[in-house]
Amino acid sequence: MTLSGPSLGTRETLSSIQSSAATPPRPRRFGAGKVISWVVFLLAMLYFFLPLLATFDFAMKAKPEWAAFTNTFKDAKFFGTLLYSFTIGLITIVVSTLIIVPTAYWVRLRLPRLRPIVEFVTLMPFVIPPIVMVFGLIKSFSKGPLPLAASDQGNHVLLVAAYTILSFPYMYRAVDSGLRTIDVKSLTEAGQSLGSSTFRILWSVIFPNLRIAILSGAFLTLAIVIGEFTIAVYLNRPAFGPYLQNLGQNKSYEPAAVSLISFGLTWIAMAFIALLGRTSQGRGGGQVEVGGAH
Amino acid sequence: MTADVATISEPGASMARPARRRFSWSFLGVLPFFLFTLVFLVFPVGFLILGSFQDSANGNALTLGNYADLTTPTVARAFSNSIEISLVTAIMGAVFGLLLAYAVILGGLPKFLRTFMMTFSGVASNFAGIPLALAFLFTVGNLGLVTVWLKSTFHIDLVNDLGFKILSKLGLEIVYLYFQLPLMVLIIAPAIDGLKKEWREASENMGASPRQYWQYVALPILLPSILGCTVLLFGNAFGAQATAYQLTSGQIPLVTLLIGAQISGDVLHNPGLAYAMAMGMVVIMGVSIVLYSILQRRSERWLR
Repeated sequence: MTLSGPSLGTRETLSSIQSSAATPPRPRRFGAGKVISWVVFLLAMLYFFLPLLATFDFAMKAKPEWAAFTNTFKDAKFFGTLLYSFTIGLITIVVSTLIIVPTAYWVRLRLPRLRPIVEFVTLMPFVIPPIVMVFGLIKSFSKGPLPLAASDQGNHVLLVAAYTILSFPYMYRAVDSGLRTIDVKSLTEAGQSLGSSTFRILWSVIFPNLRIAILSGAFLTLAIVIGEFTIAVYLNRPAFGPYLQNLGQNKSYEPAAVSLISFGLTWIAMAFIALLGRTSQGRGGGQVEVGGAH
Repeated sequence: MTADVATISEPGASMARPARRRFSWSFLGVLPFFLFTLVFLVFPVGFLILGSFQDSANGNALTLGNYADLTTPTVARAFSNSIEISLVTAIMGAVFGLLLAYAVILGGLPKFLRTFMMTFSGVASNFAGIPLALAFLFTVGNLGLVTVWLKSTFHIDLVNDLGFKILSKLGLEIVYLYFQLPLMVLIIAPAIDGLKKEWREASENMGASPRQYWQYVALPILLPSILGCTVLLFGNAFGAQATAYQLTSGQIPLVTLLIGAQISGDVLHNPGLAYAMAMGMVVIMGVSIVLYSILQRRSERWLR
């Protein structure tokens, strides 16, 4: 978040100067605006936090106290599915990074003409919703030369593939803005004059310089993957999203506890992104947009 | 660089050869990306496109019948429901999101609230699907916190007195706003930040009232952004599936739910029709993304 803050300071002093001089209505207008802002903000907070409070309240109705949480933590499936989604998320991040970093690097350095095409492709997840993506994957990979959807292993592959494509917009944006802040051309030329291969330059020069950008894309990917439901359920994977859905059908209080935990996990991922953005200050971390799997 | 050396050493017909060699090499760098998308994106979507033009009951003969069948009542209703809900939540999300973003950015609230709101928006716009649907069931569902509280304190029955049901379009819209509103805050924030304070000062110096400033300066500048973001919110809601799946268990037919049901079992009794539905979705999403990028480009003329 490198965006400069609002210019309140100046305006406040300006209006106070003016008000002390001649025009009294101005500070009152400013006050009214502030009140409205507070009202809007507090109403929004009510809307945002009431469901969380209600969920917590519901979870606490289980007897004995905290039972919804302790039962959850005793449930092997909870950890199993969480671990599965986490692992799939990590694999997705690795695959996505290995594909996106060289691509973004090449596009920036050698193939600027391909930029619109690459950008267009990375935006495809916004055009092709998850339900359509999984539909296409199941139908096209159930028969033929690559019957991935027919086997258990194959479905793991399809899940990672789908998530990798989902991660493209975030990864590409993060990496590309990271590349913008380092002098790719000079670094590459320096590497070349020291006799490095392109692979070596990518691995020991470009990757380390993009660490923060990649990490912020990675956390967002992780947040999306862990909560994802649509693709996982139709590929019949033992992931966290389908587990929670199943729990919601069969238990009463535990789903509330798991929902809160899931919210907490998303919050942790986002906090890390914000933290990275703050430490990087324009080094290409920062504000990454959203729009996960609803 | 090789090109530079070449032009110096033999300044004539040298450009072509190194340039071509460079091209063939550089193509290798983006090859994994394009191969991956070819296999896992183009191939599956191509499969759907092809299927949407085939008559599965008639030996996969080419047909436009699947697209004509989109007008069958079940399918048409799913599309109209999806479009209606997406439109309503996009407009509501845009209006309230704009207000909220303005309040935390320029409204004179303490600065840490802005940071908090931005991080929270990142979380909330990703907090969707199953847990979100459950959270709202616990809030305004039959045994929800608000439902019970209204009944015990004010003797108001949400369902019987106010006619509110979570299993309705309105209920779904209220839930969708939970991720629409924060998304609006996130994507409109740069535009609000882009409003230069000089513009406001200039208009104040020329004696403009706040209303005039908004009417003639700020809103016209923000308008392409606002419209673009609204379009993006529309697409965001249109593609949503998990939230509705959990909340309505299919009682409100939406396009995404119908396609999902078709994957689980051939509910439409026509595979081709499902392909055509998927294509219909892609077209609508595609149009909204194109509109968004056009509007976004327009807004960049003034902002930054």
